Amino acid sequence: MYEKDGEKYFVVDGHMHYWNAAPDNWVPGAEQYAKGWIECFHAYMGLGPPKTHWTIEHFQKYSEDDLMKDVFEDGHVDVAVFQPTYLLEWYKEGFNTTERNAAMGEKHPGKFVYNTRFDPRDGDEGLETLRRNVARYGSKGVKLYTAEWNNGSRGYKLSDPGAYRYLAAAQELGIKNVHVHKGPTIWPLDKDAFDVADVDHAATDFPDLNFIVEHVGLPRIEDFCFMATQEPNVYAGLAVVIGGLMHARPRFFAKVMGELLFWVGEDKMLFGSDYAIWEPKWQVEGFVDWEMPDAEEFSDYPRLTATGKKKILGLNAAKLYDIEVPAEYQLPADAGTPAARDDAQLVD
Amino acid sequence: MTAATAGPATGLQLAGPGGSGSGAAAPLLAALATVRDPELDEPITDLGFVTACALTAAGVAEVRLRLPTYFCAPNFAYLMVADAYDALMAVPGVRSARVVLEDHFAAEAINGGVAAQAGFVHAFDGEAVGELHGLRADFLRKAVLAGTDRVCRELLAGGADRARLHALTLGDAPPSPARDRLAQRRAELGVPAGDDAPLLIDPATGAALDPDAVPLHLRRARLTRISIESNGSICRGMLRHRYDTAGLGESPPVTCHHGDEGEDR
Repeated sequence: MYEKDGEKYFVVDGHMHYWNAAPDNWVPGAEQYAKGWIECFHAYMGLGPPKTHWTIEHFQKYSEDDLMKDVFEDGHVDVAVFQPTYLLEWYKEGFNTTERNAAMGEKHPGKFVYNTRFDPRDGDEGLETLRRNVARYGSKGVKLYTAEWNNGSRGYKLSDPGAYRYLAAAQELGIKNVHVHKGPTIWPLDKDAFDVADVDHAATDFPDLNFIVEHVGLPRIEDFCFMATQEPNVYAGLAVVIGGLMHARPRFFAKVMGELLFWVGEDKMLFGSDYAIWEPKWQVEGFVDWEMPDAEEFSDYPRLTATGKKKILGLNAAKLYDIEVPAEYQLPADAGTPAARDDAQLVD
Repeated sequence: MTAATAGPATGLQLAGPGGSGSGAAAPLLAALATVRDPELDEPITDLGFVTACALTAAGVAEVRLRLPTYFCAPNFAYLMVADAYDALMAVPGVRSARVVLEDHFAAEAINGGVAAQAGFVHAFDGEAVGELHGLRADFLRKAVLAGTDRVCRELLAGGADRARLHALTLGDAPPSPARDRLAQRRAELGVPAGDDAPLLIDPATGAALDPDAVPLHLRRARLTRISIESNGSICRGMLRHRYDTAGLGESPPVTCHHGDEGEDR
């Protein structure tokens, strides 16, 4: 929780990781991919304030104690949502699996939400694993990385028949939230892998699932915004927006926030630190302090109040994940309720 | 393909790091400045992607390229390498060209594919079903939308009436780099691009916009521009983290009129 100027913020980190990307976990023969992946992540860290940068060695493998201190003790986070990313073709035990997350989280009851994942190319066996994970970890959400490599395939679309089969099964198992993370490869490679049209199809056909598009579809913010305007069950995950722009490019940050507030609205935006890419502390504190600049070029963007920041930093995610919020951190009754699905419309 | 073989040798005329090129390499660098990152709609030279550019005594253009990450999208990377190859081959005196993308997961397939001049489908055997013309057109349409915002903003700042924008032609906009750039992208896309063409068009069809459609169109144009430019700013930040050397002909973006380019921390 975080308090500033008399306002109290309940903080849900909607997107964070506990990974091992050190050489001891690299798959022999795929070392260049494992190394390339973590170096790419590390470059993103470079967009945060210099005093928060880590060495590549620390970044490859941080400890449980590091995570607890950075996220909860220093980072103001009340509840954190683990988003697994497997990458088993490159990392022997996976980059950041449901099991690894849970093994750590079980030592800290109440602090974590365990999302799991699936890959529609894993067939019946993958469905069985999904069932087991939901039963064992109580997962209410899945994280899907559509650019994952799998047995010679370079990715998939959410609109593939195999993906629909998994989405239907996940829904039946009680999954509510689908976090979608786009990457540079899909089949076929001549298409734009970052295109979010497949999320649009899936969101239409699975109206009872919520689709949280991570890093707001970056680098396709425009496609994401057009879709989110039309689909009431599509949400904006702010990982990378805050971490990658708020410090390094504050004017772009303001414009992207302005566009998201206009097209998507504050009821459907979720904070995620993307830890360990960026520590939550500076992101939470900076976001609470942030105001839309006063210049002409920002004049027609919606303004974000303390109420809106409370929704984005925690209350919206708490609603999606049924996380109990202490009374003093909830909004007063006359402030409206966050993220009602019927409210989605073109803000104007 | 081994990048190491592209190192300087006797007889090469190299352009110096961060410089604009000199001697025999200058026309090559000028040719590379016409090659754009199709996604960011900026020249690969400005973006800092060119690290070596030389012409051998035998007339071989030798160029090395780099990208912000190891995992930048392979289709866009292929387009840049292929376009660089074509641009170099069009320079008088160039008999052959060798373009080497370095430090990228698909470098071998891309470099080999472009050198063989056999197309994207061939370079990524079994992984692609078509060439990249459709992808290029998709991003040209985005570039046209973004350019529309730039030109309209200049017009509105100059006192133009927002309600009358739909009645203006491209030639009604005051001459500026932004207007030239928009006209060039429209021509490349194959939609009306002359001074007498409507200023506001549907980039998918080239048809003039209905006045009722203008407000939403302008909103989309601005959003598209912000998306592309934000992406570009992240790419520049990532490149700087990955490499601490300037590229040949590297320069900050000229598209932002609001000073964002000076903000890199």
